[in-house]
Amino acid sequence: MAVTCQCGGERTRKLEALLDRYRGQPQALIQVLHQAQEIYGYLPREVLKKVSLALNVPLSQVYGVVSFYSFFTIHPKGRHRISVCKGTACYVRGAEQLLEHLREELRIKPGETTADGEFSLEVVRCLGACGLGPVIMVDEDVHARVMPERIPDILSAYRS
Amino acid sequence: MNLYRAHVLVCAGAGCISSGCQGVKNALLESISRLGLEREVKVVETGCMGPCDLGPVIVVYPEGVFYRKLKPADAVEIAEEHLLKGRVVERLLYRVPEDGRTAATFDQIDFFKKQTRIALRNTGIINPESVEEYIARDGYRALGKVLSSMSPQEVIECVKKSGLRGRGGAGFPTGLKWEFSAKAPGSPKYVVCNADEGDPGAFMDRSILEGDPHSVLEGMAICGYAIGANQGYVYVRAEYPLAVQRLSLAIEKAREYGLLGQNIFGTGFSFDVEIRVGAGAFVCGEETALLASIEGRRGEPRPRPPFPAQSGLWGKPTVINNVETWANVPPIILNGPEWFASIGTEKSKGTKVFALAGKVNNTGLVEVPMGTTLREIIFDLGGGIPGGKQFKAVQTGGPSGGCIPARYLDVPVDYESLTQLGAIMGSGGMIVLDEDTCMVDLARFFLEFVQDESCGKCSPCRIGTKRMLEILERITRGEGRDGDIELLEELGHHIKSSALCGLGQTAPNPVLSTIRYFREEYEAHIYQKKCPARVCRELVVYTIDEEKCNGCGRCRVVCPAGAIFGEKKKPHRIEVEKCIRCGTCMEKCKFSAIYSL
Repeated sequence: MAVTCQCGGERTRKLEALLDRYRGQPQALIQVLHQAQEIYGYLPREVLKKVSLALNVPLSQVYGVVSFYSFFTIHPKGRHRISVCKGTACYVRGAEQLLEHLREELRIKPGETTADGEFSLEVVRCLGACGLGPVIMVDEDVHARVMPERIPDILSAYRS
Repeated sequence: MNLYRAHVLVCAGAGCISSGCQGVKNALLESISRLGLEREVKVVETGCMGPCDLGPVIVVYPEGVFYRKLKPADAVEIAEEHLLKGRVVERLLYRVPEDGRTAATFDQIDFFKKQTRIALRNTGIINPESVEEYIARDGYRALGKVLSSMSPQEVIECVKKSGLRGRGGAGFPTGLKWEFSAKAPGSPKYVVCNADEGDPGAFMDRSILEGDPHSVLEGMAICGYAIGANQGYVYVRAEYPLAVQRLSLAIEKAREYGLLGQNIFGTGFSFDVEIRVGAGAFVCGEETALLASIEGRRGEPRPRPPFPAQSGLWGKPTVINNVETWANVPPIILNGPEWFASIGTEKSKGTKVFALAGKVNNTGLVEVPMGTTLREIIFDLGGGIPGGKQFKAVQTGGPSGGCIPARYLDVPVDYESLTQLGAIMGSGGMIVLDEDTCMVDLARFFLEFVQDESCGKCSPCRIGTKRMLEILERITRGEGRDGDIELLEELGHHIKSSALCGLGQTAPNPVLSTIRYFREEYEAHIYQKKCPARVCRELVVYTIDEEKCNGCGRCRVVCPAGAIFGEKKKPHRIEVEKCIRCGTCMEKCKFSAIYSL
């Protein structure tokens, strides 16, 4: 019986092209994982297996790298990713309270995704916008000097 | 080439982007074209100018008029008034906080006037996406000088004589590091730029990469020539996409112009640079962990020696310096080591970029000569503490650093003085703390950070910081015990002396330095079960002032725990056992009748 891939032709094609470029180059592992995650939004087990074979790195080592770096994720993320900066500058200016409001508003903990798949919440260490704390990043947009009462407005702009 | 009568520089640093500079720029461009000034006025996007708190900011040249906190509508007014009619728009100028006077140009504003810019010489002045503008500011002249008239040994001597030390934190003499690599056997050799700016609270590397990427590339190429390397890598953290983008563009342009690549300037010297993007691991700022990450592995540090200068990337001699260090190299070559060594203190030469953040009026980036006092940085450049609050301490060096209290504000800042005070220079993050900051809670925050980022390879860091964190959590919950402070000190000293890498060896610093200067705050938490700054939630007690309460009932309605009781129009009271200490009642009371102890 022929096995057909269920993960979408376009993405598979992109992944194959990526793997072809780096085939047999173990030192490119992190770069390949970055780009694979860009294609899929996360790093599914099947993708990791393919990366392992193509780069000639044992799957255990691939997984070791994936689990070491916080940027990589093996779980699907929400359509919009909310990152709350918990760097020092943001922390002393109230990032903790902000996070608490977001948790209440979305009813999820950092690292989780809302049931409707709309938002996922995470804590990041420093976005480098320390002069404007507390900051949160939704997808690619940085929101500066966020007060808890602004959260509903900010979120509603992203809801589909 | 078209000559323009005016240039408008729009700051497009990360701070101004998040406060909306794109809208301002678009409004400017539209107005300029509507007024038919396209051939007379040029709009340029620059890197970070520094005063993030005032963003979005622009500067109009030739006069050098500085406008701040702009909205798109303001940009239209500037185009119509200033650019068309030549009238400065007073209301958009900076105002001196003391007397409300307007200040039109940089030389009238303390924040800029008191700076000496070497590493930041181009950021905020040139378009970072244009190699021509970098060249116009003497860019790549130092590389030309080195390749055409200096021997590799002379380059190393020059850097050694300048007294430049590593700006990433530890302050190792840069020239010496180069010399070790140059003399080390093994080939090929490598040059690496550490742009994994992990210290939460520091953003100077980001600003240099985004605002003046060529200065880093030029510095690296000069080192390549000095040590005999032909390949460089820049390791940038993934959280800085704009820096990656601008750096990629800079590398591409430099290759196109023959400033990187094969046979540079026809001298036979070849040098190229590639970017490696990190993946969110703080420990990768440690040099041996960073090298492991470039090689595609888990970013775990290894014992030193051997140092990377002898055995670095793929076991080959490697010079690894921080972004700010690289940006200092070209001016040293051009102006001579004596010039650089004439700035700063006896052992710390040149300038240092600091990222001012936290409870300070003028947040942003400043570059000052080594030896400038903390008071000058925080009060003269930083404009002091907002809201009439009291200065309490300044935290330098991030999770590896410490807190310096008010009585040392007049200490000249250099590598040695900060270390003596139990803090470190670090990469230059300066978080200002006021009376509302709890030092125990802050120490807990840093420990939580370190614990989270510990790679787990060595047990002092993995287990030791965990135990320290548990003790601190207990203290901030009001469950501190007699002997906890001594235990923290003992653990801290053991971890410092036995951890494998810089992360672990410095991890106890925030705790030890706060115990050293704010021991009474620890004692208040442990013995009186009180948090003097009223931050630690479990230790705060909310009370209603019966004199002020008129019984409106607002607090009773909003209390999520049902802990407030009272009849209408009569003073209410809070039942301490039921109170969950969320502070909502205090926030909502219109009569300031609720206070916390």
